[in-house]
Amino acid sequence: MKYFFLFFFIFCFEIKAIEPDEILENKELEKIAKEIGKELRCLVCQNEDIENSNADIAKDLRLLVRKKLSLGESKKEIIDFIHSKYGDFILFSPPIRIDTAGLWALPIFFFIIITCLFFRQKR
Amino acid sequence: MRYLLLIFLIFCIYIFYEGLKKDPKIIPSNLIYKKIPDFYIKGYDNSEFSVQDLQNKNVKIVNFFASWCPPCRIEHEQLKDLSQTVDLFGVAKKNKMIDLSLWLGELGNPYKRIGMDYQGLTSIEWGVYGLPETFVIDKDGIIKYRHVGPIMKRDLSKIKNIIESLR
Repeated sequence: MKYFFLFFFIFCFEIKAIEPDEILENKELEKIAKEIGKELRCLVCQNEDIENSNADIAKDLRLLVRKKLSLGESKKEIIDFIHSKYGDFILFSPPIRIDTAGLWALPIFFFIIITCLFFRQKR
Repeated sequence: MRYLLLIFLIFCIYIFYEGLKKDPKIIPSNLIYKKIPDFYIKGYDNSEFSVQDLQNKNVKIVNFFASWCPPCRIEHEQLKDLSQTVDLFGVAKKNKMIDLSLWLGELGNPYKRIGMDYQGLTSIEWGVYGLPETFVIDKDGIIKYRHVGPIMKRDLSKIKNIIESLR
């Protein structure tokens, strides 16, 4: 029994949705594929990245990322391609544009307001 | 300053309130007002099915479906209805030929042509993330509307209006 648990714990250090047949043999490329996968949001489960999602679409995207990497495309090219198909939603950090400026500026804006209020009350 | 903050707060509440009405499951398509993406797959009739088939000067509908997808069964009657007024093309995602022919045999085949997207790559080209999804394409091959999920009876008039406005 003791050995069973030992065996069990040794082999459960990393649990991911990624399946063995998806992993690339080239370790460098696999590392880049993982980086890309972490930046892309699964569209079905919404707060998981595609690297950790069990959804069908996440698996398709993981395979696509790896296929494109093997064909020699760069990380930026692959992310741009998927971004062009699925829009900003698929990126965990949205690009800075005029229509997303509010998204990036509001936290700073709130910070300034709260700091102002805080110091005003002290005086 | 105090009033400014109040106005700002009301504005924020309004934005959040509007946001609550949106369905987070429906993600806006990035392909609206863009040309149909390039694709080339095998057709259900064993010839090829590609972007060329969608290049004619008609308004058309492209429906992504599969025989293994239960909501696709629900929208089938509505697709039959639509196919009487407009060219309806289908892309079967990850579907075996035999399953598809059984399914179409049971429910009827409203599609003018069907492409077989065995690997799901064409679906990615079109930005499809779940089944079914339906695209309305105008005469110039520009995607004008996307419907996520099954087309229900209540959606029919809206889609028909869009089709009419594109003619």
